[in-house]
Amino acid sequence: MGIQSKTPNRRQFVRTGLAGLAALPFGSGFNTDSLADEFAQASRFGHQPHFAARAKRVIFLFMLGGPSQYELFENKPKLREWDGQPISADLLAKMKFAQITEQRPSLLGTHVKFGRYGESGAEVSELLPHTARIVDELAIIKTMQTDEIPHHPAEVFLHTGTRMFGRPSLGAWINYGLGSESADLPGYLVLQSGMRPRTKGSIYTSGFLSATCQGVPLRDGAEPILNLAPPAGRSAEDQREVIEAIRRLNSLRGALTNDPETVSRNQAYQLAERLSGTAAEAIDVGRESAATLAAYGVQSNQPSFARNCLLARRLIERGVRFVHLCHGDWDHHSHLRQGIASQAFQTDQACAALIHDLKQRGLLDDTLVVWGGEFGRTAVGQKTANADVGRDHQISAFTMWLAGGGIRAGQTVGETDELGCFPVTKSVHVHDLHATMLHLLGLDHKRLTHRFQGRDFRLTDVAGQVVPELIA
Amino acid sequence: MNQTTYILLVIISLAVGERARTALAVDFNAEVRPILSRACFPCHGPDGAARQGELRLDTREGAFRTGKPVIMPGNSAKSLMMQRIHHNDPQFRMPPTEAKQQLTHRDRETLARWIDQGAVWGEHWSFLPLQRSPMPRVRRGDWSRNPIDDFVLARLEALRQSPSAPADRHVLLRRMTLDLMGLPPTLVAQAEFFADDHDRPDAQERLVDRLLASPHFGERWGRHWLDAARYADSGGFEGDPPRSVWKYRDWVLNAINGDLPFDQFVIHQLAGDLLPNRSSDDQVATGFLLNSQQDGGSEPARLDAVVDRTNTIGTVFLGLTIGCAQCHSHKFDPITQHEYYGLFAFINGADEVKHEFASPEQLTRRDALVAQVAALTVERTEYGAKLSAEQRKIDPGYQERTETIEQLNRRIPTFESALILQAGSADRVTTTFVRGEYARPGESVLPGVPQVLPPLPEGPRTRLEMARWLVSAEQPLTPRVTVNRVWQQLFGRGLVETENDFGNQGTRPTDPALLDWLAADFSREGWGFKRLMRRMLESSAYRQSSYRRLDLEETDPENRLFARQARLRLEAELIRDTALSVSGLLSTRLGGPSVFPFQHDGIMINRATSAPWTISPGEDRYRRGLYTHYWRLTPHPQLQTFDAPDSMTACTRRQTSNTPLQALTLLNDPTFTEAAEHLARELLASECSSEAARVDLAVQLCLSRPPTDEERTVLRELLRRIRRGTGDATPTSGSQSDVTLVEANERTAWTELARTLLNLEEFLVRE
Repeated sequence: MGIQSKTPNRRQFVRTGLAGLAALPFGSGFNTDSLADEFAQASRFGHQPHFAARAKRVIFLFMLGGPSQYELFENKPKLREWDGQPISADLLAKMKFAQITEQRPSLLGTHVKFGRYGESGAEVSELLPHTARIVDELAIIKTMQTDEIPHHPAEVFLHTGTRMFGRPSLGAWINYGLGSESADLPGYLVLQSGMRPRTKGSIYTSGFLSATCQGVPLRDGAEPILNLAPPAGRSAEDQREVIEAIRRLNSLRGALTNDPETVSRNQAYQLAERLSGTAAEAIDVGRESAATLAAYGVQSNQPSFARNCLLARRLIERGVRFVHLCHGDWDHHSHLRQGIASQAFQTDQACAALIHDLKQRGLLDDTLVVWGGEFGRTAVGQKTANADVGRDHQISAFTMWLAGGGIRAGQTVGETDELGCFPVTKSVHVHDLHATMLHLLGLDHKRLTHRFQGRDFRLTDVAGQVVPELIA
Repeated sequence: MNQTTYILLVIISLAVGERARTALAVDFNAEVRPILSRACFPCHGPDGAARQGELRLDTREGAFRTGKPVIMPGNSAKSLMMQRIHHNDPQFRMPPTEAKQQLTHRDRETLARWIDQGAVWGEHWSFLPLQRSPMPRVRRGDWSRNPIDDFVLARLEALRQSPSAPADRHVLLRRMTLDLMGLPPTLVAQAEFFADDHDRPDAQERLVDRLLASPHFGERWGRHWLDAARYADSGGFEGDPPRSVWKYRDWVLNAINGDLPFDQFVIHQLAGDLLPNRSSDDQVATGFLLNSQQDGGSEPARLDAVVDRTNTIGTVFLGLTIGCAQCHSHKFDPITQHEYYGLFAFINGADEVKHEFASPEQLTRRDALVAQVAALTVERTEYGAKLSAEQRKIDPGYQERTETIEQLNRRIPTFESALILQAGSADRVTTTFVRGEYARPGESVLPGVPQVLPPLPEGPRTRLEMARWLVSAEQPLTPRVTVNRVWQQLFGRGLVETENDFGNQGTRPTDPALLDWLAADFSREGWGFKRLMRRMLESSAYRQSSYRRLDLEETDPENRLFARQARLRLEAELIRDTALSVSGLLSTRLGGPSVFPFQHDGIMINRATSAPWTISPGEDRYRRGLYTHYWRLTPHPQLQTFDAPDSMTACTRRQTSNTPLQALTLLNDPTFTEAAEHLARELLASECSSEAARVDLAVQLCLSRPPTDEERTVLRELLRRIRRGTGDATPTSGSQSDVTLVEANERTAWTELARTLLNLEEFLVRE
């Protein structure tokens, strides 16, 4: 059973999603302070981790399209040596492609140079000079595996543990398990730059979990959340008057109906009001110092991955449980050389700045940062007429990294074969990654379940093993 | 009372309690089966592949096996089952220590008591035929309007509880109107009802008749059905291509309005294409099955869709989680993997086709035009082969051909279309799939139904027979599941709370006799849907007040006894419908292609395939929410915010959340602010003798009742405060601009009042 079944007023809790207000004695009035206390108590009671948590919150840097590990983290001298040679028939027989139809595709050595960095001596390519400086904070997994080779199911799989659309995302499960820490902001926010995820909301949906667990996408531009500002031509004072009148009238009716829903409806309006007040401040990177802006590489208040990284820090500081950054497109079937340099340039500095910034502020210890795409790319080149060469999708081995939040930093987990096509040691499946992430958050992936259509569903379906190597 | 006496009393009462408990007969289905199901079935249940020790406890034969018996009726101490449960060595103790489900002390005691009392076995309640119970006797005979009330009241009286008072007339009118039409009562409807109510004792029955006759009844209950039918206007998955399926939606609405008996309703939707003398309408009904999301034309994608269709039949008609048996035999219910694919086989053979509504001549003419265009295009390509792209732009011969092609293209007509099932369009052998993996076909399977359910009659086994079997007289599940869902809609919770799981892991009915009486009354008296509706709405149980009662908070906080009605938040579509309705903006046009009301920019960007959202012109912008075009990948945000189902799988009960995003939508979304502005204009244009009268009118419109004095005070104070904020409303010079200013300020004040009313919790709730 799910965690929330421990609360005596689970149903009320799930329905209101804000607080276990059913516990309020009737006729106790609508004093907001006591409501806040109730809320805090209900939260503590309703949302207890299964065991001691190492991380309290997550920043998930989703690199959509599938970044090529060969140009970023996987240095394979043999691949360079055999560049242009047809791949062996043995290997070919085991490989899966999304697009390549060539009978005997050729190996593609990389054009970028690698170096060893930090005390851990991790290999990082010249395209990631900033990441190279933080490798000792990272656990780099070289042997990630997924089940799905087309983008759409693979995106959904990485986020929900299944190829079926409509299931709850990782961020929703975590909010379901732990609740929100923020009184003013939703527990799950989504920040997007570059190309949007191909499956749109399907990767941040709450599925069959409560809508309160739903990822809320922050929009570019003046209004980060839909309908955040009062309608045009309405003053803030009038808005306050309206909300106050609503509160008073609801209270009058509530005294008659005795329905706790009336109370929570009032509280939703208070939260909405606070959200209107705080969201604008929370996303105003103009309040950051020039030095911070420069460290992240934020050019202006324009939408960018760098700005979103800085926002991620501001949001977790304000208690948001799960911040989900989506950036693309890393889908380099062609024009790999030019494309990956551009994507790396857009993301490298900000990723490193984020880790550095979190560390400086003492937030890295209990903030788990995860970087990666829905899959990686092939060792063989993909040739397209009139286009520079690229790489196809690879699901048998790709690279992701984790930082902070109780992971064992400064190490590489898993090794691939000499061409980087398959793991030779420890492989880490997407289910294993999910199990490990939940574990770091104090949640047992086998016990974090939700009953839907007569079945106990979980993020890891019927699989997933915590990866002990990743845990400090 | 001294200490000793007190302790003595406690001991006596404990002993009496203990004796009473041991003497109490154990109900196998209510107490024992749930324990066995939860803790034992995973290894000793229906799934043969997972079975341990050749022991199964889900069937009578298994539990009372003769070789190495585990249960000795009348003697728990000698029963191997209890010995293993109480075993000192953890290695032998059951359930194994690593099992997820363990037994509590009370579970062990219940099992022992059951065996000691003779281990009476019973089949799972939902698979048994509908039971005819004697009508219960009640003391307060004057409360009962029909048998529903007798059942409800009997249970209350047995527990020394009493039902709630009838709801206030205003509340009742609003409740019935929202429940049957999904709209609040208009001022005219309010006047009509109260005039009737003044003169006639049967005013409420007449109201129900009027509501059932309204075409909006079909919209309201059609939408409930469309939830179960996972209706959407697009295909889902990556491409999320548009689909023309609104004809199916309209078929549902018309069928409900025309009171098509429910058995026919089911048969048409599952096998309308196989009916003798079928009309094209009958075929449109098969859109029910075709509503699955579908990911292109590959075989795995097709199989995914057939799986969804099979599971939908399980959820919607049988109330069983048969989907669990896709990969392995069901862990808790008696459905083998083979039987799952037996149901699957009924629908595996037919494919969808796009049916166009046009005469054969029209289609021939259209096809001829298409062929002509194709031929001309080929001819033009040949002609232009020697020309460069630049030359083509200026070559008269090439240009002339292009123009002809375009002219013909414009003449190609498009016809309304729907997706329909076509029997025999594919000839496939169904097999099981090992672990549900399509790449690993197992044994071949013929169409068939699970053994635990009534058998199919002899003869052919097509989808039509399966559909008829679902609504046959012997089939207890379909009527139980259906009446339970209707009850859930009207009372806030089902008699069986797990409305989609009537199996071993579901909850038992709170009142089995009432459930079976309703199911029998429905299925044996012609499956009349409106009749069922009338039954429930005429009951005193339905007409109770929904206010929570302090005296029941301890004993029945979840209202399992139905000692009151429930306050239910309106569904996503209805919240907008209601706001549009009271403000006078709502278009009440019925049916037709889906529409595109206002939606914020930026919702449709960056889809893999672009999709249009051009706001519909004219009144289509203000149609009811059920007509809003539903893109599965990018649903309208307002629908999402208020918990509309995602149309991915069958939804038999919507969630109800309460979030700050909902508050922001109602406060600030242009749809709602536009409604408030319109309502303010209407209020100001209406003839009212005073401000107080105008406030009363506003409340009457929005909440279908007059305000209390306190409410009126709050609202008039709001008007005063808004006016003060927008400047003093007293004109000084009487000039034209001052008058305009005063008018503008008044409009602002009344708009804010309207916004307030449209945001009230009461406005969003059916009480």
